[in-house]
Amino acid sequence: MQKFNKVKSIPAYLPIVNIDTDMLIPKQFLKTIKRTGLGKNLFHEMRYDEKGIEIDQFILNKAPYNKSKILIAGKNFGCGSSREHAPWALLDFGITCVISSSYADIFYNNCFKNGILPIVIDEEQIKQISEYSLRKEEIEVDLVNEKIKFGNNEIGFEIDPFKKKCLLEGLDDIALSLEKTDKILSFEKKLKDSKPWIFND
Amino acid sequence: MPLTLYDKIWNDHLVHQQEDGTSLLFVDRHLIHEVTSPQAFEGLRSSNRKVRQPNLTLAVADHNVPTTDRTKGISDEESKLQVDTLEKNCKEFGIKLFGMDDKRQGIVHIIGPEQGFTQPGTIIVCGDSHTATHGAFGSLAFGIGTSEVEHVLATQTLVQKKSKNFRINVNGKLPLGVTSKDVILQIIGKIGTAGGTGYVIEYAGDLISSLTVENRMTICNMTIEGGARAGLIQPDEKVFEYLKNKPMSPKNENWDKALEYWETLKSDHGSKFDKEINLEGNDIKPMVTWGTSPQDVITIDGKVPNPKNEKDPDKKNSIERSLKYMGLNPDINAKDIKIDKVFIGSCTNGRIEDLREAAEILKDKKIANHVDAMVVPGSGLVKQQAEQEGLDKIFINSGFEWREPGCSMCLAMNADKLKPGERCASTSNRNFEGRQGRGGRTHLVSPGMAAAAAISGNLDDVRKYQI
Repeated sequence: MQKFNKVKSIPAYLPIVNIDTDMLIPKQFLKTIKRTGLGKNLFHEMRYDEKGIEIDQFILNKAPYNKSKILIAGKNFGCGSSREHAPWALLDFGITCVISSSYADIFYNNCFKNGILPIVIDEEQIKQISEYSLRKEEIEVDLVNEKIKFGNNEIGFEIDPFKKKCLLEGLDDIALSLEKTDKILSFEKKLKDSKPWIFND
Repeated sequence: MPLTLYDKIWNDHLVHQQEDGTSLLFVDRHLIHEVTSPQAFEGLRSSNRKVRQPNLTLAVADHNVPTTDRTKGISDEESKLQVDTLEKNCKEFGIKLFGMDDKRQGIVHIIGPEQGFTQPGTIIVCGDSHTATHGAFGSLAFGIGTSEVEHVLATQTLVQKKSKNFRINVNGKLPLGVTSKDVILQIIGKIGTAGGTGYVIEYAGDLISSLTVENRMTICNMTIEGGARAGLIQPDEKVFEYLKNKPMSPKNENWDKALEYWETLKSDHGSKFDKEINLEGNDIKPMVTWGTSPQDVITIDGKVPNPKNEKDPDKKNSIERSLKYMGLNPDINAKDIKIDKVFIGSCTNGRIEDLREAAEILKDKKIANHVDAMVVPGSGLVKQQAEQEGLDKIFINSGFEWREPGCSMCLAMNADKLKPGERCASTSNRNFEGRQGRGGRTHLVSPGMAAAAAISGNLDDVRKYQI
């Protein structure tokens, strides 16, 4: 997984609540067997008309937002389907940080598996930093210090320490869990005695 | 200390816990399908890892499969590649698969219970948000992403942090024509799509206990639409009876041992819930959604909301955006909304009881001339059972198409989809923009309400056809 430390960019602001994963990446793009190449299909139905031509007004089609690495959006971002294609599409587009006042659970977890930092701040703070999107000025997200820096201001955010460590170091959590194989093995042995029916044998 | 059902299952599966609460949980049952698994298997291959417990894993292709004649295979190249890839991966890693021509094939959340793979007190995961369905058996069941699918395949565990406990009590009796679909739509309308975020919901109360196991599945299924990690219900005699003699259920002395354990699966008296709400069943009416979020519910005798009445600017914008997408004017009656299509099926309402409920309304009636309607049974076994009961004839005679099992128009990954602007009364779970096809407009309803809409040609009150 790619590491996340800092990101500096003019943020794109999408003031829509309940952006679901069907909006992020519609089903016709879930037929892939790869993780890459989905960036062009991110927000497909808002981004392209029925003929497949880019809709000029959509924020991610406009410079400088077509190069944004930070997306600011309304609450309950990423609700709906568990499709990891949603964070894959964000990442492939170049977005490595999302800022919202809340997220759906599965999407939130999926971000961390892909080197994307989802930040939670309150709605007043969202309004404050969204000004920088409108003014086309850069903001900086600093994970080590848990801060969003903009102009002469900064906002702190909180993040689970373990998730932070995994992002900063780009850790492979399967490898981490496999280090506990002896614990898994002894759990399985105990389980075979206490609930033999679990193993179907 | 008194424990909730969720606390008990959690504790029973702890392999390891870090000081900060990050936990490694053992996964008893892993369901996989073709859409969210290929990248996970690819990950295993590239890191030279194996599947730790192939016996605890069950695979089926459901999202992409055609619901029309299957003898010629899948014509869509990409869908075919995904289904073939699943087959290849299952063979390579030694995982049991119900292929497209197996009569046990069907929607992953329908075949789990049907085979007895789903069991009380287990942790069940699947790369699909509607995994919460299995909570109806008193299991802790939730959807995961593809990276987590890979993690479970490689380690048979999952890294999790504990959620909070939320209990929703539903008491009383459901009036005629009101179903568990209406109960869950009402709940989502009440708590909102993020109302359950950070929680596991336990559904309790005498109304919940009075429901059949299949009706309970409909409620747990849509828990994710309320944002919760999982939804579960204390298992009881109905659940044990449902599982008895299923192909993958425990047998002989294992059945007795399992039963003894299953009977302990209940929230202790005095256990602590971080949040609790109560609902009165007698007050629930047949529900429909008007907008593009499952929380956008009204009763069938209600009116579409007017953004002018909303003071919160976010909510006002959201209503305006939804109305525009849905092509609806504010303040119109739900019953005046004309529909083009009807879809009966999905992991929410594609089981035999759902088909019976719709067939009872459709018997000896014809659907409106302008309506295209289809039934997609949740599995090959549901289809077979329905045909034995003659339900297929009722559907066909009324003007419905009778299809092969799969996810179909719930998410429109296969050929079954709405055209731009088409409006559908659907028994599925999501009315998001574009969910059933680009520009398609979805109204979520119960199977009986879907049947009523098909006959009337507009959203309608099922109770009209029950007198």
